[in-house]
Amino acid sequence: MEWLNAVVQGIMLGGLFALFATGLSLAFGVMRFVNLAHGDLAILGAFVAVSVTSALGLNPFVSLVVVVPVMLAAGYALQLGAFNFTISADPLPSILVTFGLGVVIQNVLLETYSADSRGLDVGSIEIESIRINDAIAVGWIPLITLVVAVAVLGTLQLILSRTALGRAFRAVSDDPATARLMGINDRNLYAVAMGIAFATVAIAGVFLGIRQSFGPLDGPAQLLYAFEAVVIGGLGSVWGTLVGGLLLGVAHTVGGQFEVAYGLGSGPLVGHLMFLVVLATKPTGLLGRRAE
Amino acid sequence: MTLLEVRGLDAGYGDFQALFGIDVDVSEGETLAMIGANGAGKTTFLRVLAGQVPTRAGSILFDGTDIAGVKAHRRVGLGIALVPEGRMLFGSLTVRENLIIGAHAARPGRWNLDSVLDVFPLIRPLMDRPSHVLSGGEQQAVAIGRALMSNPRLILLDEVSLGLAPVVVKSLYEALPALSEGGATVLLVEQDIGQALAVASRVVCLLEGRVSLEGRPGELARSDITAAYFGLPAGAGSEGPG
Repeated sequence: MEWLNAVVQGIMLGGLFALFATGLSLAFGVMRFVNLAHGDLAILGAFVAVSVTSALGLNPFVSLVVVVPVMLAAGYALQLGAFNFTISADPLPSILVTFGLGVVIQNVLLETYSADSRGLDVGSIEIESIRINDAIAVGWIPLITLVVAVAVLGTLQLILSRTALGRAFRAVSDDPATARLMGINDRNLYAVAMGIAFATVAIAGVFLGIRQSFGPLDGPAQLLYAFEAVVIGGLGSVWGTLVGGLLLGVAHTVGGQFEVAYGLGSGPLVGHLMFLVVLATKPTGLLGRRAE
Repeated sequence: MTLLEVRGLDAGYGDFQALFGIDVDVSEGETLAMIGANGAGKTTFLRVLAGQVPTRAGSILFDGTDIAGVKAHRRVGLGIALVPEGRMLFGSLTVRENLIIGAHAARPGRWNLDSVLDVFPLIRPLMDRPSHVLSGGEQQAVAIGRALMSNPRLILLDEVSLGLAPVVVKSLYEALPALSEGGATVLLVEQDIGQALAVASRVVCLLEGRVSLEGRPGELARSDITAAYFGLPAGAGSEGPG
């Protein structure tokens, strides 16, 4: 029963990983943009929520009403004002610029909030859970996180498959030069995509802050999990991102259970190994598009 | 009325200059064929008009306005649509979505999904298929239909016949009059001189990035066209290409 519990808890944890990975997957899918500041942006979103909750006295969940639009606008502006100038066939400029942005975010957060760990308090729901049986209980926060992850990814999939914006995203992803011949302003579309990516990573950051404590330098670790989820599921695939997140979450908790039972390995190690195996055997990811 | 007036146009890629001082006029409603050998600069000329290749010198007046500095995505709204060489359909979109996205920046006009399907009925049963599974001829029909969806005043067709069976090319060329009847001026680039002369009201021949001949098909001797095509002395081209 402990193993089943580990799987259930892993699925819940996978919801958070999938949320982290959503924006990374979208940015790569639409414009082949690798954002190394993604984890730091999640932490930035969490700190923005800290400021909003303390200034306005809002519940962290309600603070999303402020945090998400702020981060969306920041993503849109940053893409138009900086990232667009780095987009080319060579990925190096975007990697360098976003690496630098990550360092800047970390230092600004250190200066503004100090190195102390913070948390977002949502009250007693943090420790409340739904008991399935004697051995398995599902916490409300992990469950809400998973539901939000599925809702975010489902909405994104609907946008991509059913709306004019989604058609334009897919066209630009296929061939930006030909998309311009359709009257599509690809640079503006990239900014919209980055705005959405920032909004989703802000949601992930807030849920991280509700689930555990966080500090200004925690971004790179979150980036690693997001990358692993995206690579396992498949770069640019919405449902692949969810699958990748869930598998990574299960790998973490089952690996942790393995350590408890046999004193071997650890949760993150099993997750990293799964990432390496997928990368080596199926580089496009489990549900990723075939490389062109 | 002159719809397009190109004067002294230079363009190229990096250190390579592909076009040298091109002067071309296109009147509203006419079908102009641009012919020339491989590397003559025909595709570059169309890409410059569509905004995909920047102008180095000269002017491009479209309906009296210089559009040389206008970005590609804005030219669609002005009424310029390019059917690129190789069709370049969006592989992750269905045929229907490829057509609909052609109307992303559409002007008002007669072309819509129904009228495009009337001109290219072979597309009708394929609407929900991914575009990458279509045959070359079907893809070309979708590519032309996609351009029509923007209700262009000037439609630029780049090598419509490239890589297609003669019977398919024939059916595509039979559809061209419908484009003009729909209000579009047609500028087509073609290596197949026979096809070009059959549909064009005027012909411009490019040779190594320069205009080598211009005139109406009925008024030009075949030998002169061949000479201009290959850069031979006037009257020397007795056997024509295409």
